[in-house]
Amino acid sequence: MDILVCVKRVPMVGGKVVLTADGQEVDTRMSGFTVSPHEECAVEEAVQITERSGGSVTVLTLGPPEAAGQLRDMLALGAHRGVLLQTDGREWGPVATAAAIATAVGELGAAAFPLVMVGNEAADTGGYQVGIRVAHALGRPCMTGIKRLEVAGDGVRAWREYGGGQEEFEVALPAVVGVKEGINLPRYPSLPGRLRAKRAEITVLKPAWQADGLRKVALRVPAGSGQGARVLGHGTEAVPELIRVFGEIGVLA
Amino acid sequence: MSGPGAVLCLLERDADGAADGSLRALVLARSVAGALGGGVTAVVFGPSLAGPDADGAVVAGVAVGGAAELCVVSAEGLSGYAPLAWARALEQLVVARQAAAVVAAATDRGNEVMAHLGALTGLPVAANCVAAAATGEDSWQLLRQRWAGSLLEEAILEAPCALLTVAADAAVADGAPADVVVADAVMADAALADGTPADAAALGSTPPRAGPGVAAAPGLLVTTFTPALDAADLSVLATESAGQGGGMSLATARVVIGGGRGVGGPEGFAALEELAGLLGGVVGVSRVVTSQGWRPHRQQVGQTGTKISPELYLACGISGAIQHMAGCQSARHIVAVNTDPDAPIMSRADYAVIGDLNEVIPALVAAIKEAAGSG
Repeated sequence: MDILVCVKRVPMVGGKVVLTADGQEVDTRMSGFTVSPHEECAVEEAVQITERSGGSVTVLTLGPPEAAGQLRDMLALGAHRGVLLQTDGREWGPVATAAAIATAVGELGAAAFPLVMVGNEAADTGGYQVGIRVAHALGRPCMTGIKRLEVAGDGVRAWREYGGGQEEFEVALPAVVGVKEGINLPRYPSLPGRLRAKRAEITVLKPAWQADGLRKVALRVPAGSGQGARVLGHGTEAVPELIRVFGEIGVLA
Repeated sequence: MSGPGAVLCLLERDADGAADGSLRALVLARSVAGALGGGVTAVVFGPSLAGPDADGAVVAGVAVGGAAELCVVSAEGLSGYAPLAWARALEQLVVARQAAAVVAAATDRGNEVMAHLGALTGLPVAANCVAAAATGEDSWQLLRQRWAGSLLEEAILEAPCALLTVAADAAVADGAPADVVVADAVMADAALADGTPADAAALGSTPPRAGPGVAAAPGLLVTTFTPALDAADLSVLATESAGQGGGMSLATARVVIGGGRGVGGPEGFAALEELAGLLGGVVGVSRVVTSQGWRPHRQQVGQTGTKISPELYLACGISGAIQHMAGCQSARHIVAVNTDPDAPIMSRADYAVIGDLNEVIPALVAAIKEAAGSG
């Protein structure tokens, strides 16, 4: 089966988020970019499916020309083809993003991809909707939050966590599936994979930017306690203080 | 309930009645409706509620939350959770009630149903809001979370009907809970924190909680609604299987002992497990631990794992990346054990021990055991 996986290039952030001076973006000068975690798992899942039962994995992203780097990272994991919906670097809202993806899927041949996979939500904007909007545009059923997936014949069974247990879904293909981290453990790219990815040709399409009904005004870092931790001591000599604090909090039996 | 300013609020149920997240969404819904001069219709999906006690708890929770109407939706074939069918029902209710906004909790279900509703109607959806205020015709000012709450986005939403989901752990510093309203004598243990700053409806930290066994609430209109659905609306229909049973849940544990890269390998978790056992808690881990394969993903705390809200989070050998802190920002007390006094977690923790967890934790275990033995 030929599978399309949509991924997003997001800033790589660590212990602290730093914003640009105008408060519009995360400052990435010192950090760089990566693929949103749920989506990396979607790529891994798709690669595993094709390793078991044949087919190919096409990975698609919408972003600036540099987002080709994230496509190559995913090609190095085993995806076969890359498609870049190239933008001028402006942020795209979820409605416009989904419309561009659906249009691109049509151009690439919608029937060519019985299974379209996305991450459950983007790590940065957390909009929780692009996959579902793509599914509506393509007239397909959609399941999200998926942490286990079985493709059998012309159908898909999928499970997600709910209330300490699981709930199960089953739909016929074609379908759209949004997965969550934990569905698998993405592999590290192999050296041959990296070399293949470096040489792979990436299809570039250029959709036109559209305004979205939801508009970012500015970003800000929430005010934290900011006082910093009170140091109880160093090494094992801090143990009596730790026990005293646990007692105060009320967690000692 | 209907007419200008009406607001729909999707209400999810759990074993105790209305889910906490939904009651929190109801707080925002009520504030928005209040500002617009309308009322809130809480929407709950059948087939039937979980039992008389749970039914009563839902009704009571909705009443305490300040809704004017509880609308129970059921339809043939709607035997369980069906995201598109739920959205279709809400779409029809938006028209029937001339709703100005639809609000849901930012849960798996809430976000999913609202995205379907957005796709059905062509309207934008703002997920993970912490505050919302109407600023004019079809125009809204929002504050919403990015990076699972590590960043806040001020946004403008332009839509004839605002579709919003409300962040589960919306700790809004700029709108301290003002008054505590207990709506009814029967709600002795229910408290509604209603944080309402001047320019926006923001959330307090305590959602209203209804006690079980309350059969009815005065002033609440209970209605039923049967949406028109077709087969495609039910193509994704959940069949629920039983919970895993046994064991304590990471999400609800009172004590979480966290382990990160500093644990050094899979064998290092034995001491953390022992400590968790002594304190009646569970072990949680950072993303690096699961990506190394040291522990299973279900133990991961963070943006792409589980969000926790324990009394004590003891974070051992965890540097404190924002994606991890997003999962433990609701912990009441954070204690860090780390060799690096400059690790980012030091600015977020309440207490810290500077040292090697592989020495500190075994010593702590021994001391707690000794105290228990002598006591």
